[in-house]
Amino acid sequence: MTALYASGLEKAFGPHPVLRGIDLTVASGDVMAILGASGSGKTTLLRLLAGFEQPDSGIIRIGNRVMADQRDMVPAEQRQIGYVAQEGALFPHLSVADNIVFGLPRRQRRAQFRVRELLDLVGLPAGYGARAPHQLSGGEQQRVALARALAPGPGMVLLDEPFSSLDAALRVETRQAVTDALAATGATAILVTHDQAEALSMARTVAVLRDGRLVQVATPETLYRSPFDADLARFVGDAVLLPGAAAGGWVQCDAGRLPLAAGAAQGPVIVLIRPEQIRLTTPEIPGMPRATVTDMTFYGPDARVGLILDRARPAGGGIAITARVAGHNTPVVGMRLGIMVEGTVTAFAVPASISEALALD
Amino acid sequence: MTIGVPVGPARRLGAPRFAAWRVASRRRRTAAGSRPPPFPLLAAAAIVALLGLLPIGVTLSRAMQVDVAAAGALLFRPLVGRLLFNTLALVAAGTLTAAVVGTAAAWFVERTRLPGRRIWASLAAVPLAIPSFVTSFAWVSLSPAFQGFPGALLVVTCAYYPLLYLPVAAALRGLDPALEETARSLGCGPWQRFTRVVLPHLRPALFGGMVLVALNVLVEFGAFALLRYRTFTTEIYAEYRTGFAGPQAALLAVVLMMLCVAFLAIESVARGHVRYARVARGTGRVATRYPLGRARLPVLLGFVVLVVVTLGVPLGMILFWLTQPGAAAITPAEVSAGILISSTLSSLEYGAAGASLTMILAFPIAFLAVRYDGPVVAAIERAAWLVQGVPGIVVALALVALTVHTLHPLYQSSLLLVIAYAILFLPLALVSIKASLQQAERRLEDVGRSLGLGWAAVTRRIVLPVAGPGLAAAAAMVFVAVVTDLTTTLLLAPIGTHTLATRVWVDTSTLAFAAAAPFAALMATISLLSTGLLAHRFGGTNRLRNDLTPGARR
Repeated sequence: MTALYASGLEKAFGPHPVLRGIDLTVASGDVMAILGASGSGKTTLLRLLAGFEQPDSGIIRIGNRVMADQRDMVPAEQRQIGYVAQEGALFPHLSVADNIVFGLPRRQRRAQFRVRELLDLVGLPAGYGARAPHQLSGGEQQRVALARALAPGPGMVLLDEPFSSLDAALRVETRQAVTDALAATGATAILVTHDQAEALSMARTVAVLRDGRLVQVATPETLYRSPFDADLARFVGDAVLLPGAAAGGWVQCDAGRLPLAAGAAQGPVIVLIRPEQIRLTTPEIPGMPRATVTDMTFYGPDARVGLILDRARPAGGGIAITARVAGHNTPVVGMRLGIMVEGTVTAFAVPASISEALALD
Repeated sequence: MTIGVPVGPARRLGAPRFAAWRVASRRRRTAAGSRPPPFPLLAAAAIVALLGLLPIGVTLSRAMQVDVAAAGALLFRPLVGRLLFNTLALVAAGTLTAAVVGTAAAWFVERTRLPGRRIWASLAAVPLAIPSFVTSFAWVSLSPAFQGFPGALLVVTCAYYPLLYLPVAAALRGLDPALEETARSLGCGPWQRFTRVVLPHLRPALFGGMVLVALNVLVEFGAFALLRYRTFTTEIYAEYRTGFAGPQAALLAVVLMMLCVAFLAIESVARGHVRYARVARGTGRVATRYPLGRARLPVLLGFVVLVVVTLGVPLGMILFWLTQPGAAAITPAEVSAGILISSTLSSLEYGAAGASLTMILAFPIAFLAVRYDGPVVAAIERAAWLVQGVPGIVVALALVALTVHTLHPLYQSSLLLVIAYAILFLPLALVSIKASLQQAERRLEDVGRSLGLGWAAVTRRIVLPVAGPGLAAAAAMVFVAVVTDLTTTLLLAPIGTHTLATRVWVDTSTLAFAAAAPFAALMATISLLSTGLLAHRFGGTNRLRNDLTPGARR
């Protein structure tokens, strides 16, 4: 069943177009992340869905109800959509419990309806109800904000960069609590974020927004392994991009002859290899691509290794690539190593102008 | 940034005595060390604090001279009841109208697409620079119908609504728009959002502003005397004039002081309670403004009326009488250039002397309060806080009583008047000196030392550049306050000495409006120019301080 259907959404602020035609369908019960860099229009999209802004054109349907088109819109207060603002936006003059029941009818507010249950849902002890918002940590505030949004039982919850203000450790923990709470209620959730790790780990579907257009809507795995283009590949993670030639489901490049994930590409391509696919081997095996270690950043569990890859045709020095290796076995700068790529790779067709330049090379 | 306490620009604008004051013990001490303060500093501060408390002591001791039965008879007579009713009725009505007008104006300026918002916003602060007795002069000279309660209420509202407008507007600007959006997503319509989200957020600002208005109404003398509205202050003055400057006046003064201190106490207790920390920094997004639609014209008209009433009439009437020959007023009188020049000069001289002495006296307390801690420091700060509760007329009366009886050489001397100013405006100076000293944090000095600077170089290259502008602003504020002061000057000025304020007073009292106009015009010009300069030059001081104060974000 479709929870949300949006078509042809456009929005401009003054002369600046922010959304340039968004078509989006979200299935009921889905957790979708809208991923985009700052200025991509993701927050504007969320605000259109919430009803804080009216689209210039296009239509928004939630369930069976048309919420907005270019003439009319249902105001936010009548949409029954939960909303979790950046940093939670708890009402500072109300206790945690009063915050949670804020959106309920007066009688249920008096009775502190379901406060205990909702606190439990977001993983907070029942004793937190009496606290003032400023006595909570940032992550706890976010959880209360989610409990407050879920209290009236909305079919859909919108979350606007809910974890961006939290520090790393708290972020992981809060993310998990929010994911669990959303799963438990079965509400459809749309989450806006600029953090690719957050989008990939939390969502079942990721929609990538770039310059006001949706570039790709896919599962996290597909998005990471087979992004739509090279820019997107770099946006959703570290990427090693090499020129290559594709034929019959394989691609030949400086990192060797590699199997393609999808075998359609032919001719000159850009090959996407993720740094964690690259295995470093010693000693070098004859015939295997070789590289020299130029730098290394050690993180503990793993390390990022900078390498210069020898080119098959020694035309103009090597190509800088990075590899991600486990922390227990790291190379030393200056070392000569063999390179092996695990798994399949993705190839992007090269625009004609660039392929000519490459051919000259 | 921390929201809750109305750290309004009201404090910077000078004219009313009561702006905003933090009680020492509630303030976060940023640089207080554990070292004991040096003795000379402590002694100087203690002496100043005692000087500040002197009027209270004198008044109390004179009131004690009355035996209990007589005191009862004096206090529980119908006149006192009527004064109490008059005073409190005006306090209640004035705070309410100021709250309604100030909040409405702030909401329309900050939250709607009102045309000309910036202009209305700056015009809303200007009435603070016009002394309220000048406003009274304007209305009374327009028509005697403005005498009595309605006129007093009008003048109070005109003069003091900025004390609500400024903090409420600041609170509205500080309100995270995400709060209202969240309320919307939870099903709240516009009215519910205002009552359940916006209003609770405004409560501290509203409450703080209302108490400030109440305090200003309690101590106001000139405006009510000109409107022939009898309150405690006018009655104390009347008793002084009729020669019974003795125990009766002292008893009335004690009642008035108790009222003031009660309001001060309410204010500081309430401020401790209703301080809402902003939970998160928020997005820093500007709130969406509501379109006014059909209400646009009526609202604009409302602002025009507000500005005409609060600024147009006072300034317009001054201009009108300036163009009239002396004979046009009910009492004809002419003004000679000589008197004009001499009273302007004495206003400026007293302003300069008053500001200098106030700064010198306030500095030790401010420095002590900012840099040191401990019970003695706290006691000194408390004493300075209490000085706020002493109305000008009580200070003046106490000093008259003291010098007539014991220190006769000082009686009717310029020195005594300047001392009175220093006592009266000590709290006003303290607020700004402390604020500017807090900017010159100790750690800045530490950094200077670590870079090899001696104390002289630290003072010259760090403390003065950082705190200097704030100190200058403090002095300028006291200067304006002295120039526009009526009560103390009236009671303590040496015989034959006239300032602009006393000239306005004398000529308006005798209904010689045309004669009063040039003095009123000069005084208003000095006040408006200095305050405008202050606001322009130091408009960002508060913001800067908030940004620099560690922990201010929580």
